Amino acid sequence: MSLSDHLQGRSIPDRLQSPLEKRLKSWESLLLLVAIAIFIANSFASPYFLNAWNLSDATFNFTEKAMIAFAMALLIISGEIDLSVAAIIALASTAMGAAVQAGAGTPVLVLVGLGTGLLCGAFNGLLVTRFGLPSIVVTIGTMSLFRGISYIILGDQAYGGYPSDFAFFGRGYVFWMISFELVLFAVIALIYGVILHMTNFGRAVYAIGNNPTGALFSGIRVARVKFILFLLTGLMSGVAAICLTSRLGSTRPSIATGWELEVVTMVVLGGVNILGGSGTIPGVVIAAFVMGLVTFGLGLLNVPGIVMSIVIGALLIGVIALPRLWDMWRA
Amino acid sequence: MLKRLIMSREALLFGAIAILCALIATRFPGFVAPSNLVRVFNDTSPLILLAIGQMIVILTKCIDLSVAANLALTGMCVAMLNTVYPDLPIAVTLVIAVGLGALMGMFNGILVWKLAIPPIVVTLGTMTIFRGIIFLVSDGNWVNSHEMSASFKAFPRSEFLGLPMLSWTAILAVIVFTLVMTRTTLGRGFYAVGGNPHAATYTGLNVGRSQFWAFTISGALAGLTGYLWVSRYAVAYVDIAGGFELDVVAACVIGGISIAGGIGTVGGAVLGALFLGVIKNALPVVNISPFWQLAISGAAIIIAVIVNARASREKGRIILKSAEKPA
Repeated sequence: MSLSDHLQGRSIPDRLQSPLEKRLKSWESLLLLVAIAIFIANSFASPYFLNAWNLSDATFNFTEKAMIAFAMALLIISGEIDLSVAAIIALASTAMGAAVQAGAGTPVLVLVGLGTGLLCGAFNGLLVTRFGLPSIVVTIGTMSLFRGISYIILGDQAYGGYPSDFAFFGRGYVFWMISFELVLFAVIALIYGVILHMTNFGRAVYAIGNNPTGALFSGIRVARVKFILFLLTGLMSGVAAICLTSRLGSTRPSIATGWELEVVTMVVLGGVNILGGSGTIPGVVIAAFVMGLVTFGLGLLNVPGIVMSIVIGALLIGVIALPRLWDMWRA
Repeated sequence: MLKRLIMSREALLFGAIAILCALIATRFPGFVAPSNLVRVFNDTSPLILLAIGQMIVILTKCIDLSVAANLALTGMCVAMLNTVYPDLPIAVTLVIAVGLGALMGMFNGILVWKLAIPPIVVTLGTMTIFRGIIFLVSDGNWVNSHEMSASFKAFPRSEFLGLPMLSWTAILAVIVFTLVMTRTTLGRGFYAVGGNPHAATYTGLNVGRSQFWAFTISGALAGLTGYLWVSRYAVAYVDIAGGFELDVVAACVIGGISIAGGIGTVGGAVLGALFLGVIKNALPVVNISPFWQLAISGAAIIIAVIVNARASREKGRIILKSAEKPA
């Protein structure tokens, strides 16, 4: 305990916060409380809410977006952002539609979807890392470019006629009411959780987000890590495109409009700092459930989608504003 | 030196627009006829108005994604007000539109200033909230042409010295904000705050307050554009100007406004908007499907940001330069 601390009247705690106490006060626990509260409120508000099949249906509200959100979380933690994810979905879906017209089967379609996603991600990554451009501007540009290519190819037309076994990705069930998408969501969450929290790569992502120059001088290949993160975000958009296209059974250039904002909302709601440097995958998982439960619960109450967006917007600002207001009020 | 750089960047963009027009003129001379150029300018005026506001926000290291939603909400409010009070003078309508827009801008600004929430999060949220509120106030209904009074619809179209009032409003805004940005402490403050926030704080500027005023101006211009938009197209509904916020940001990026803050001029924003406006109006003339527009403006943004980055590459400390562009 130094003298200056005494002079400034700062009190030093005689014991550190216990891990349990720290965990209870974390963003994730707060969010989990919100999720539980919404769940309880929903079950009182509508008699149709507590039904296994309805709840299973509700997961489709967020699984596809959440798949992208995991990759986006890593990207945002590293201090970058990708606003082109919804446009990548549109382009990947269009590419798959074109492949169907050329007579491709399901395995080829999956490859086309993933490949398009990877290519788009590589394009973003190249522009950001090679040319040193700000990612928010680059991806606003590619967002118009990718969806624009979709519009050039399709115009006001639509692709359909996907093979029947392709429908499994979006509409299939693994067993009972557990959908393929839900399983995929869980697996992807696990993979990203391990990558971010248990590998060198994950530590590098945090390091870059907190201090890119420092990370570079400590031997992290900043550009390569960022490039990989853009690739992963593109890949996840490709995966989401496969699921969404399979679920809808058709492709229009306006597919998944506005999803980039919902994905970013999900990530920020999950406690990831939009300025980079901090955030966790469990937080994003809970945020996905919160958003899914809110939209589903309001849907059961016949609230129109546009009004739900008020709630989502208010939730986004509210969860960040309220703790800060609380601190200000106490100070 | 810096000033010359900006000047040359704008000259470059002006040249690009001129070449674009010349290329179109080789096949369709009618496109560069004065009457058509006036029409293109008039059509681009809403984008110019919004781009000026967005430029000021971007100068202070922020971004305002809620402008299009603000425009639509203000437009819906004044349109509904008009159906109830058809005889309201246009001056009052204009004041209400600007005031409503400014209020929404202040809401963004106060969250950024007092709660220090990142601007992209704030405006992402308010963008969806404002859109949702339009649905709540209108109940999802449209306000159609026949429900609006004649004077309400006439203002942006009425001509003065051969130019519609819509164009005059844009020209007035360009003049006013050129003066504000170059000749007032408020305007210079925006540059200082965005160029180096720490230095600005030490010189006695309140960074948060400057950002608050930037959002207020952006909101006020969005509100003004809201009325002009609704009365020009004579219809108001939930989705008007959907996605327009990206066109506005695109105009700024093409106009050489640095997303990192502190660099940009009103002239650049106007030229960026005109560049997009010329492309949008030229496509039908040269017989390219309007479906190409999105991809072309996307490519334009990417090219513009690469060109701008090259122009300003040699700045900054050696250490940071190597961090920005490792092998």
